[in-house]
Amino acid sequence: MHISEGVLSGPVLAGGWALAAVGTTLGLKRLDYDRLMTVAMLSAAFFVASLIHVPIGPVSAHLILNGLLGAILGLAAFPAICVALLLQAVLFQYGGLIVLGANTFDMAFPAVLCSLVFGPWLRRTGTVRSVGAFCCGFFAVLLAALLTATALALSGEAFMTTAWAIFLAHLPIMVVEGVITAMAVGFLAKVRPELLSIRLAE
Amino acid sequence: MIDEHFAGGTSPIHALDPRYRLAACLLLSLVAALARTPQTPLLILGAGLVLTVLSGVSAKLVLRRAAAVNLFIIFLWLFLPVSTPGMPLWQGLGLTVTREGVALAGLVTLKANAVFLCVLSLMGTIPAPALGRALTALGAPAKFSFLFVFTYRYLHVIAEEYGRLVTAARLRGFVPATDGRTYRTYAALVAMVLVRSYDRSQRVYQAMLLRGFTGVFPCLDRFAAGRRDVLFLGCVVALAAGAVWIEWLAGRGNV
Repeated sequence: MHISEGVLSGPVLAGGWALAAVGTTLGLKRLDYDRLMTVAMLSAAFFVASLIHVPIGPVSAHLILNGLLGAILGLAAFPAICVALLLQAVLFQYGGLIVLGANTFDMAFPAVLCSLVFGPWLRRTGTVRSVGAFCCGFFAVLLAALLTATALALSGEAFMTTAWAIFLAHLPIMVVEGVITAMAVGFLAKVRPELLSIRLAE
Repeated sequence: MIDEHFAGGTSPIHALDPRYRLAACLLLSLVAALARTPQTPLLILGAGLVLTVLSGVSAKLVLRRAAAVNLFIIFLWLFLPVSTPGMPLWQGLGLTVTREGVALAGLVTLKANAVFLCVLSLMGTIPAPALGRALTALGAPAKFSFLFVFTYRYLHVIAEEYGRLVTAARLRGFVPATDGRTYRTYAALVAMVLVRSYDRSQRVYQAMLLRGFTGVFPCLDRFAAGRRDVLFLGCVVALAAGAVWIEWLAGRGNV
């Protein structure tokens, strides 16, 4: 869910950068060097996960997993997502430096918010954990789609229809992300429960 | 899975100081992204095209990347011409294509491709470790550059690890479809990649500590800007100023 360069208006781009800079600075401040390595490695893992295409009926969509990222990284999701998007710009030229702020905020803010709201559920057991994990995945994508659509809508009335189309296209993805996040958290709870409670930057 | 075709090379662009390339990329992208008239991004697009040709990257590859980047733009072309109020150009099927809509879609296309070419020729040609140091030199926090360089360093390792897991799944007869089993398999794959990345990060950091890591990387490959770099950045600044001037003239209706 990237907005490409050249679409958003000046004030929206500036606002996106300001918000992303605040989040990234806060995230970095809470990280010391012995945790940075883990964040870098997990950021790389999420970059790889975002290249996975999952079939949804006749089409396929790539995973976003910002909900799961937020659940594990907390506030560190900001620098992690910013770095991953910067790498996408360098390696694939998706987006550039100017729209990086808006794209970072659109994806990282929902991740952090969901980790604050649903994070405690993930450290419980059974159904509560599954429901919490589903909500984490579902609402992180829902909010991200909403923020992306809002950024477009704020850039001009002409983008209103596009904003709606983007939001609607993400509806099936939200469900799939919720399901996969719930299953992944279930797997992690069995295999490596400490990953769900390391709370890298809280 | 992830390859960088642009970072290595011996072209005049590759020879420039990464800090200057990054600053030039930032300036040109900024001017193109904020433009309101088609003339400005057209000028940057021309400059980006020249820089791309100078950097000597394969045209086939550039076109393939351009196609991927323009997917979102095609998506916009589906909506913008009919969703923008203005003077009707064509009517039919209950839709009205307006002149303003087509102009806006055209402007966005120009801007996106202008920035794409600048990013490709100026930022894509910098190897990631050098880009990390260039970011610090231009004021990004040291921790951010650390994160960037190490995410890049382990991207390929983790992609390989994921590839191995997928091969293992396929050998056991896994065929993706829209069903619970597929999603459970992907969830397990993702979670396993996370577990392995986490474990690897602990080992790597311990190894770094053993070698005396204190938060700084002594680096032998120092940046050295010469007269050519200053000249290059001067030209870019002049071009950007020219583009802003054209924007101002066009805004007043003189062009």
